[in-house]
Amino acid sequence: MVSAMEIYQLLPREACKECGYTSCMALAVALLNREKKLEDCPSLLNPKYLDKFKKLKELLAPLEKASETGLIIHPEKCFGCGNCVVACPVNVAAEPTRCAVGLGPQGERVILAVEDGVVKCMNIKECKRFGPNRVLCNACTVTCPSQAIEFV
Amino acid sequence: MIVCTGCSLLCEDIELVLKDGAISQAKNLCRKGYGHFQALFIERTRPMIDGREVSLDQAISKAAEILKSAKSPLFYGWSNSTLEAQAAGIDLARRLGATIDDTSSFCQGILMELVLTGKVPTCTLDDVRNYADTIVFWGADPSNSHPRHLSRFAYYPRGEKRQKSYEEERICIAVDVRKSATARLCSNYYFRVPPGQDVEFIESILAVLDGKIPRFGDKKRMIELGTVLRKTEYGVIFPGLGMVYSLQEKMDLLVRLVAKLNEITTFMVLPMVDHYNMRGFNQLLLDETGFINRVSFQGGTTVHGPEQSVMAAAKSCDAALVIGSDPLSALPFATARALAKTSLIAIDPRRSLTTDAAKVVIPSAMYGLEAGGTSLRLDGVKIEFEPFFKTELLSDEQILARIKEAI
Repeated sequence: MVSAMEIYQLLPREACKECGYTSCMALAVALLNREKKLEDCPSLLNPKYLDKFKKLKELLAPLEKASETGLIIHPEKCFGCGNCVVACPVNVAAEPTRCAVGLGPQGERVILAVEDGVVKCMNIKECKRFGPNRVLCNACTVTCPSQAIEFV
Repeated sequence: MIVCTGCSLLCEDIELVLKDGAISQAKNLCRKGYGHFQALFIERTRPMIDGREVSLDQAISKAAEILKSAKSPLFYGWSNSTLEAQAAGIDLARRLGATIDDTSSFCQGILMELVLTGKVPTCTLDDVRNYADTIVFWGADPSNSHPRHLSRFAYYPRGEKRQKSYEEERICIAVDVRKSATARLCSNYYFRVPPGQDVEFIESILAVLDGKIPRFGDKKRMIELGTVLRKTEYGVIFPGLGMVYSLQEKMDLLVRLVAKLNEITTFMVLPMVDHYNMRGFNQLLLDETGFINRVSFQGGTTVHGPEQSVMAAAKSCDAALVIGSDPLSALPFATARALAKTSLIAIDPRRSLTTDAAKVVIPSAMYGLEAGGTSLRLDGVKIEFEPFFKTELLSDEQILARIKEAI
């Protein structure tokens, strides 16, 4: 997955502060978190940075598929093993008699569930990574045997 | 709720929605199970004799005729049938004086015999979930072969005495020739063994447990493994085909290792059976004859040995009944060719290389979706299931009853 440093390397690094941030690195982090868009950097729109602009567009393209929490699921890689479903702390709290003991969820309050052989994400607002006071939980990514889940 | 017959875990929490004769939604079904059930709707078999489509009655009569006139018939497959069908098959084999064998013959048979005869201690998967703190996958990659193994039982779920599960209370160890998908989840506890060197690896663990310096592998890592095994409260080893093929006749080494571990702490063995009811057939045949596979009832006596294995019997039989299996794809070429040359009867819900080469093809209902019954899970727990929808197709058990009637 793309890092803030990779984005920073491709920014003009003129420290013009016109984007509202005090440094280009801060803008790079904002771009990674999808709080700003490339067009918010006026220097980057200068024709002499056209190449960098195109590269950045390419680099940031996968992020558009990510959910509000930055979660990206690659269904083509998923085994449907349900490790993430059972490991997710929100799922366990929502269905202590099912998800917590290894069974598939039945209710609608869970975040992750396996459907049609692959994992699906729902109720994204319940995820610990949602909102400004987020917790960087990674239970679903570390338990995935096929790297089918990743966070931005 | 239905039971998935895609692998030997027999998951019981599957929810299916059918729409216009196809699966429109499947909840909690892993990719393997989903593929298994989806395949129901493609390439179904039709009753055939010599490649010509006939009625079901004609196919059954022809099968009965072939089996009746055969001097030394072979019955093979069975791992994808219910206990009821397997019992009917053993009964028919006894009546016809046939040789009967199943897929365990070239799969987990050697190890399964040790487990079923009590030579190595075993437990249920529910015990694994409730008590196990060290899980060893040896020559097995459940993430691919039994996708829900780790999430339902082995590593991730909370159990009675393992409330903190994988986060604090469980250690997962992978011993394999390559860094498999499962080994990736084991972080520091992946031990690479070059192909065929499991014997040396076991000897090294035994040396470490005896307080000696291991000869094989990274000494530091082997001592680290020994320490983890010693500190275990309740350990379970899941041997896969990789280990069974590597050890072969030296399976007594595993028995020694498990005995040694049990002197220190508690360690169990559960073979990673692939087909959903292979253990069922082994158990049934053991109860009936005292052997788990490779049995011949010829001449009214029960004979067991390598001559009764599918590999040898395929060359000497004059008719073969293959049920729920595709030996022509799975077995070595010489065996497959010998089988293809005999009067082959195939009972299968779906088309395969075996049904293509068979003289008589009898379509059957798919267990789990179209037919119900009882099966033994990987750990020997009996699971009953009902058909999800009705079909006109006969189950394996009904087909065998019809053949028996016709004979």
